[in-house]
Amino acid sequence: MDFLNALVVFANFVFIPGLAYGAQLALGALGVTLIYGILRFSNFAHGDLMAFGTMLTILVTWWLMSMGVTLGPLPTALLALPIGILGAVAMALLIDRWVFRFYRQQKSAGIVFVMASVGVMFVLNGVVRLIIGPNEQRFADGERFLVTVRGFREFTGLDEGLAIRLPIAITLVVAVVVVIALFRFLNYSRTGKAMRAYSDNEDLALLSGINPDRVVMVTWIIAASLATIAGVLYGLDKSFRPFTYFQLLLPIFAAAIVGGIGQPLGAIAGGFVVAFSEVTLTYAYKRVLEYLGFEPAGLVQLLSTEYKFAISFVILVLVLLIRPTGIFRGRVL
Amino acid sequence: MSFATSKLLAASVAGAALLAASVVAQAQEVKVGVILGFTGPLESITPGMGGSAELALKEVNDSGLFLNGETLVPVRADSTCIDAAAATAAAERLITSENVAAIMGADCSGVTIAIANNVAVPNGVVMVSPSATSPALTDIEDNDYFFRTAPSDARQGEVLTEVLTSNDITSVAVSYTNNDYGKGFSDSFVAAFEAAGGTVTINAPHDDGKGDYSAEVGALAAAGGDLLVVLGYVDQGGVGIIRAAVDSGAFDRFALGDGMYGQSLIDAIGEDLEGTVGVIPGAEGEGSEKFAEAASAAGLDPSSSYTGESYDAAALIALAMQKAGSADRTAIRDALLEVANGPGEPILAGELAKGLQILKDGGDIDYVGATNVELIGPGEAAGTYREYIVENGAYKTVGFR
Repeated sequence: MDFLNALVVFANFVFIPGLAYGAQLALGALGVTLIYGILRFSNFAHGDLMAFGTMLTILVTWWLMSMGVTLGPLPTALLALPIGILGAVAMALLIDRWVFRFYRQQKSAGIVFVMASVGVMFVLNGVVRLIIGPNEQRFADGERFLVTVRGFREFTGLDEGLAIRLPIAITLVVAVVVVIALFRFLNYSRTGKAMRAYSDNEDLALLSGINPDRVVMVTWIIAASLATIAGVLYGLDKSFRPFTYFQLLLPIFAAAIVGGIGQPLGAIAGGFVVAFSEVTLTYAYKRVLEYLGFEPAGLVQLLSTEYKFAISFVILVLVLLIRPTGIFRGRVL
Repeated sequence: MSFATSKLLAASVAGAALLAASVVAQAQEVKVGVILGFTGPLESITPGMGGSAELALKEVNDSGLFLNGETLVPVRADSTCIDAAAATAAAERLITSENVAAIMGADCSGVTIAIANNVAVPNGVVMVSPSATSPALTDIEDNDYFFRTAPSDARQGEVLTEVLTSNDITSVAVSYTNNDYGKGFSDSFVAAFEAAGGTVTINAPHDDGKGDYSAEVGALAAAGGDLLVVLGYVDQGGVGIIRAAVDSGAFDRFALGDGMYGQSLIDAIGEDLEGTVGVIPGAEGEGSEKFAEAASAAGLDPSSSYTGESYDAAALIALAMQKAGSADRTAIRDALLEVANGPGEPILAGELAKGLQILKDGGDIDYVGATNVELIGPGEAAGTYREYIVENGAYKTVGFR
């Protein structure tokens, strides 16, 4: 019984939050890694593209709510999500047309693209704050819980409770569906194969008659869609605040690099590595250990929670020092 | 004279007239800075605070008894509550370009310390803060230019301890906002609670403005306790901590410090907040009732945080000017404690005209105001607190301590 209690505490405070956060990071890192693999630069504007798509989704959600349209137990934001994705895709394509295409035609060095993306990041950041404001917005409606603490306790008779919030369940389901769809697209569709060929060897791909404009366009469409989905899931699960999304850039890049940048599978693995590192290193294990029969004197917390962001940094530095290609042997930055 | 020169002449005459008009206007106006965090973590309560301060100034103006018929003009500035550099720049503007006689503010302890040290004290301008409660402000080098109508958190820590022990709570976890206010408050609370025989299982900070507080709550839950004491801000990390704690079932009872009081908390958390206890500076008695009437009539919510303190801060500045007989900055400093404390005729909120008249006739007053003002030590309020409990989705007053 005590062992089960320990497991439940661990699941409630470490495993489930880590799983949801990891899925959100993985979706974000997939977009970063695709842009890096195909367009060959680190897109620093990705966090703010997430914020932009999420903002559009929130605005449409509010409009739907005011019209009395809801999804019953599911959050209305899911209904608004496609419109948010469309808006973010349009924005990404416009940015590419106005900013990145110029540097592509100039055949500029990679660092020039990165700096241009920093500029785009600030502009997008400003646009989002201008439209929706810098404050926290909550837009989750419908049922809050799939499993409540009280319900779990009554059902199992354990001392400890387990909560599974509906947004977490939705995050996991959507992430699995999106990832499967993306991999099928990349591996089996003609465009997906063209993208992989372009990423592998640009000159050879052009010689084989692959249309580069089309590859670039599809890449932006996928990246912007992934960014919006990741952003909306993060916002539903936690909360939306433009600055938080800007800060997400660090763990997302850490995830992409840990997994091996340019490797979609690596982005997913990296997302979970970063998320679980953050959660497991800052959790206080006192209660878990007590159920397992130990009597720890302190809280058994490796790092105080203020150091959560530092963990992404440390992972980033360690990976770049020890194995710059990442887990799945991606490119070297 | 050509057309062009005549036009120029006309323009300069008009300009001179405007200039003269503004000089005349300035001679009859005394500016008072109102520096509060109109943006930032306290933005939901600062409009009420600013409105209350301006209510007091308006009352003084309406009486027509102030000095030699001068009027007080409030000049608002944004302290941002958290950005010391922005707050210092705003205060600098008030003092050098707006030429204010005194400042009512600032609100949050960190920016208040920054403004006092960098701008107000070096320039010799009186500051009366309605809500900066950090114990650190008791000991700053202020040349007596700093006053506050809010009590130090050292006192609030003791009051919160009394509330908890009277509810038979013996062990608590503490989460405080990671700044001067939160640190000072949690230190004084932990010291008081442990001195009263209680156990503090964990005393951990949380950062404002994050999207997710599940890691913080994980640590708090591991430490355990009868309830969770949250010493943060209602529009910031404080509400995030409570939401994460409720969601994960870590705690189902909370005790709150003064920064956590606000309708938005009940709106955000809902029924899970039932049974939550807390304290907030506030007084009972005739003065607070009179203030409540006046504030309601002016369209303000008198039960919002620090409204009475804000009214009192502005009123004290005006009365000190009247006592000194001028709007001179140093004279205000020297007169402020005399009007705030006895001996003299007690003056309640809404009776500023009476106070102004007595001072005009050379008498003494003891300003009581909305919050039973009694300035102790280096010029800070002794402090009465209202204990509340959340019942049926509303704040209910339990008593005063």
